[in-house]
Formats: sequence, C-alpha cells, structure tokens
Amino acid sequence: MRKRFTLASLVAGISFMALSSAQAVEIEYWQYVFETRVNAMDQLISNFEAANPDITVKQVTFPYADYQTKVIASQAGGNGPDVLQFFYGWLDKFQQGGVLQPLDEAVFPTAEIESEFFPIVSAVKRDGAYYGLPTAVRSLALFYNKKLLDEAGVAPPTTLDELVDVAMQTTKTDGGGNITSEGLTLDFAGQDHHWWREVLVRQMGGEPYDANGNVSYATDAGLQALNFYTDLQTAHNVGLVGFMDEGQAAFKAGLAAMTVDGTFRLGAFSAITDFEWGVVELPANADGVRSNYASYFANGIGSGATEEKKAAAEKFLAYISSTEAMQVWLDVVGELPARRDAALTEANLADPIYAPFLKGLEYAHTTTFVDEAGQRQTAVDMVNRVLLENQDPQASLDEAAAAEQAMIDAAKK
Amino acid sequence: MAHLPDIEANGATRKGRTGFVLTQSGRKVLWAWSFLALPILFYSWIRFYPTLSAFWISFTDWDLLRPANFVGLENYQKLFADPVFWKVFRNTFAYLIIGTPISLLLSFVIAYYLDKVTFMHSFLRALYFLPFLTTAAAMAWVWRWFYQPIPIGIINGILSNLHLPAQQFLRSPAQALPSIMVTGIWAGLGFQIIIFMAGLRAIPSTYYEAARIDGLGEWAILRKITLPLLKPTTVFLVVFSSIGFLRIFDQVYNMTSNDPGGPLNSTKPLVMMIYQTAFSSFDMGYAAAQTVVLFLILLVVSLGQLFVLRNR
Repeated sequence: MRKRFTLASLVAGISFMALSSAQAVEIEYWQYVFETRVNAMDQLISNFEAANPDITVKQVTFPYADYQTKVIASQAGGNGPDVLQFFYGWLDKFQQGGVLQPLDEAVFPTAEIESEFFPIVSAVKRDGAYYGLPTAVRSLALFYNKKLLDEAGVAPPTTLDELVDVAMQTTKTDGGGNITSEGLTLDFAGQDHHWWREVLVRQMGGEPYDANGNVSYATDAGLQALNFYTDLQTAHNVGLVGFMDEGQAAFKAGLAAMTVDGTFRLGAFSAITDFEWGVVELPANADGVRSNYASYFANGIGSGATEEKKAAAEKFLAYISSTEAMQVWLDVVGELPARRDAALTEANLADPIYAPFLKGLEYAHTTTFVDEAGQRQTAVDMVNRVLLENQDPQASLDEAAAAEQAMIDAAKK
Repeated sequence: MAHLPDIEANGATRKGRTGFVLTQSGRKVLWAWSFLALPILFYSWIRFYPTLSAFWISFTDWDLLRPANFVGLENYQKLFADPVFWKVFRNTFAYLIIGTPISLLLSFVIAYYLDKVTFMHSFLRALYFLPFLTTAAAMAWVWRWFYQPIPIGIINGILSNLHLPAQQFLRSPAQALPSIMVTGIWAGLGFQIIIFMAGLRAIPSTYYEAARIDGLGEWAILRKITLPLLKPTTVFLVVFSSIGFLRIFDQVYNMTSNDPGGPLNSTKPLVMMIYQTAFSSFDMGYAAAQTVVLFLILLVVSLGQLFVLRNR
C-alpha cells in the first residue's frame, strides 16, 4: 500500500515537473554593452522574473561597434534574439531584412502608444505598424562647467551670440597660441553633427531634409550654419577639433567650459568630482527660435519569436516600456522616460538637470537615417574639408549634400 | 624516396578480411594520408572554400539579409569609378612602399650593430623585442595620446617647450599617414631584428676570418659576405613585412577610431575599406569585390618579390 502511494506521488511529481517545465520559457534579450544600461536591464529583468516566475530572461550583450553586425549575422544564421534593442535609425535595414516582427495591434494598440508616448515614437512606425517601443528618449543640451564660467564672470548663454561670447571669454591659451582649455568643445563626430543638422540649419532658416526625405541643406541656411560652426575654430579660436581626443573627455577633465551633449552622458558626468557643472537648453537664435535633436533606442520583438516565446517576449516588452521600468532607467542610466506621464512629472520638471532636456523634447526633431554611420561620415568630412583642406564652405556643403543624397537614393532602390 | 622500390620488393604483404592487399609502403602512404586528411579537410573548409566563395559573392549584391542576385561586373565597375577606392589604393601602397624599406633598413642596421655589442646584449635584444609582444591596439592607443594636441600630447608638449609650432599629426590629412606608419614600423621592428640577428649568426665566422686575413675592409666584408649570405633572411622579411603593411589595420583603426581611416580617408588602407563596406554598410558583394582586388595585389606583389629576389 505504502509502495503504491510512493509510486503515485512519484508519478504525480514527475508529471508536475514536466508540466512546469513546459510552462517555463526562456527568452533572450540583446543590447549593446554600456555599463549603466546593462545594470538597469539586470534590475528590470529580476523585477520581471519575480512577477513572472515561469519566464526567464537571458541578457546578452555585445560591444557597440559589433552590435549591428551580430544582429544581422544572427538573423542570417537563423538564431536571433527574442527581444532586442535597436537604434531607431536602423529600423529600415532591420525591417527590410526581416529581423523584427511588427507589434501585435491587440497587445500594443496604436492609439494608446500615440497618446501615451512622446510623438517621436512614430519614427519606428512603418506602414501603420509599430516595430518597437522605447524605454527612454534622449535629447541634447548645453553642459557648462560652473567653475570655469564663474572664473570668467559670465553666465550660461541662452542665445547663439552669447554662446560665442561666453566661449571666447572662457577659452585659455598658452604663449604659443595653443588652446589649453576650450570655451566650447568641437567634436563633429560626437553630437555636433546632430546639433548642426537639426538645430543650427533650422535656426538659420533652413530645413535639413524635405518632406520626401531628400537632402535640402545645401542652401544659404546650410552655409550659414556651417560657417557658424567652423568659425568657432577658425575665427573665434574657442575650440579645436580633436582637442583631448573627444569633446566629452575634455569636459570631463575640466578643460572645456561648455559642450553640447545628450542625456546619455549624465551618468558619465555624474562621476565628476573636481568641479560643479550645470545644464541649459541649447541656445536660441536671435529671433528666439530653438530646436533640438531627439533620438532613442527602441526594444522590438525578433522575427524568430513564435508561440509561447512570442507571448513571453510581448509580456517582457510591455514591462520594459512601462512607467515603472522608465523610472528605473531614469535613476540608473539617466535617460528621460519615453512616456509623457512618466517624464513630465513635477519632480522632473523642477530638476535643474532634467528640465532643460525635457524642454528640448517639446521642440525636438528626429532625423530619419538610412545609413547612420555613413551619413555621419559625410557630415564629418564636410567640416574636415573646410577646417583641414581650406575648401570653400559652399563647395564642401554641396559635396556633402550630393554624397548624402546618393546614400538616400541607394537605400530607396 | 629512392629507397621506396626496395621496401616494396621486400615488403610483407597482408591479406585483410576484405581481401585487398597492401604493401608496407602502401600502408605508409595510407597512414600519411589519413593523418593529412584532417588538416586538409579543415583548411579546405575554413580557408579555400571561403576564398573561392568570395569570388562568387563579388559578382552578387548580397547584403546578408536578402538573397543574393547575380549582378555581373557591376561591383568592379563601381569600385574602379569610386574616388575613395583610388585614394585608399594609394594609401595602401604608401604603407607598403615607404614602410617596408624603412623598417628593413632600420632593423638591419640595429641587428648589425647589436650583433657586435657584447655588453648587456641579451637585455638590449629583449628591449628591442618587447614592442612585438605588446597588443597592437594598446600600442596604437599609447601613440594616439603621444600625438594629441597640447595639453596632453607629449610630442607637441616638447615642440612647445622648444618654441616650435604645434603639429596636427593625426588630425592632418598630410601627416596622419606617416604618423601611423611610424607606429607600424616600430611595432614590427623587434621581430625583424631577431630574424636578422639569427641570419647574421648563421654565417660561419670562418668566412669573416678568411676575409680579414686577406685584408678586406669592413665595408667590403659587409657587401661581399654578409649581405649575399643574408639573402634568404632578407627575402623572407621583405615578403613578410610587405604582406604586413598591405594588411595594416589595427594601428589605423585604433588611432583614428573617432573617424576611422580619416581625416578625409587619408589613412584608410584597403583592408579597412573592406571592413567598413562589409560590416558597417553590409554591402557584402562590393566588399567581396574589394577583397578580390586585395588578393590579386598581394599575389602579384609576393610573386614579384620572389621573382626579383630569386636565386639565379
């Protein structure tokens, strides 16, 4: 009798184990290596797993430089991730290549997304379907070193003219005329190409791209914007491209009074102990026109996720784009929440650091990239031709516009 | 191999279960091939198959994600019409034509005199060899910081103390390539010195003694004995170093990672163009066409060098 009972309980135990193992799903989440992002995601995964004991999420990371290659190669090899992070500018490539599947309208209703997220979320919408949702969004602002500005007795600039003026007063040079501390960092390969494209060109009265997505900056406005930028080095001598290797390194070392950078830099700059720093909105032009560049990494569902994996991936995506997850992301990474209600809280709007970035989001533009690295390179080369080869700015601008248009045309083919 | 027939004649024969007969030498050959089979299969799969498939891919528009279409010579036409390709082509040959002779001359001179030094010989030799043991990326970054503008660049700091104008180095389209080449030469020097010294040591000292008894001067000894007898070593190093410079990548990539191969493509070697086309633009067909061109360049240069430096 006892034997039979033992046997029965054993059978029951085995079948229970079999049942629970059938329910347990493991999904893979991919993002690139950036310490605070990986930490934030670890925290989100453990919260999610506690609430959903039948789902385990495995986080896989790759260096940023290899990330796109890994995603595309894994797609070609047929073993891609279930949920992955992607830059909004990569969507065309990923969508055409079948890396991502569109979000299910029943689980993520379009109307809800569009009313709850900032409008820039529409950059991951194709043919009426969303391909991902962001946790956080990024915008640009002007960081300034309080110590250097106080030494020069100047206040943070609010207009472009003031920017040049403050930069001139805070630049330090040695006897040979070499800059030893910059007024404003010049790092076009960093965030400055966004500042030029979406902010300066617009402030000079132009549009970087027309309604069809074609290049439209080879105009007087584009030329003025280019001249404004290159004059900072050649005429005003307030910065030097390549100084301290990168703009953010110069600012972090206390050898630059101001730098244009994004929310994602907050984490790195919070480690600065030598001086106090502050943030203001990007300077307006003389007529008070402001602009900003916003961007984001979205999380999407890999095309390989089906049935229970797809259901688990949807649950996980819903969690990491929830208000709760956005707060974790803001606390750990320092990036702004992508949902309006999570972002525009009283606490955030009163925060001297977050407020300028949040204000920037209201008038921000998002560039539709077809080849982000390639288009950045054309902009970097445009400035280099003027600064290093003394090419006529108009000619350099025309050359850059033609090269970028060729990339856009090639992508449309 | 001349003794083989002997063995076959005297070799024991064996009837296996399957009935076929193997002589001893036959078994030896079978054994040899079964040992060789593994590396041959491995190499065919890992090396030769991808090499051949690169030729095929170069005639397609494969982008990793969508199925490849045959496009004929389109990639090659695009390549030869691309001004960036010709700039990169010139850069590649600049690395080769300037880098190889300078590095060989330097390493020979150092090896020649180091060979004569007895005081702390091993220590000095180790010092020269040390850079070769260092990771290329780490070295490139150290040099990258050396070349920085004031206030952190050590070279510009020295120039400034001497009241000389600061130089742009890596930021200048004219100076960037030589600046990177210096690093490349320095990185390979240790290896070349060791090989040259081994070559020098292998020359029998009796030749030198005889020459000195005959009253030959040092210069004549160098010209008539050392250099001719060092020829196999020199041929090896010329080919080895040329291939190294034609494939230069690590130094360039790490020293210009903000603007890879820049400024304005002035330092970009062909290998980096291939890398960017393949893994940044994902244009595999175009990248394969560039690879085929690089393969042909390497082939022609290596065969040309072997022909010029052959034993007559």
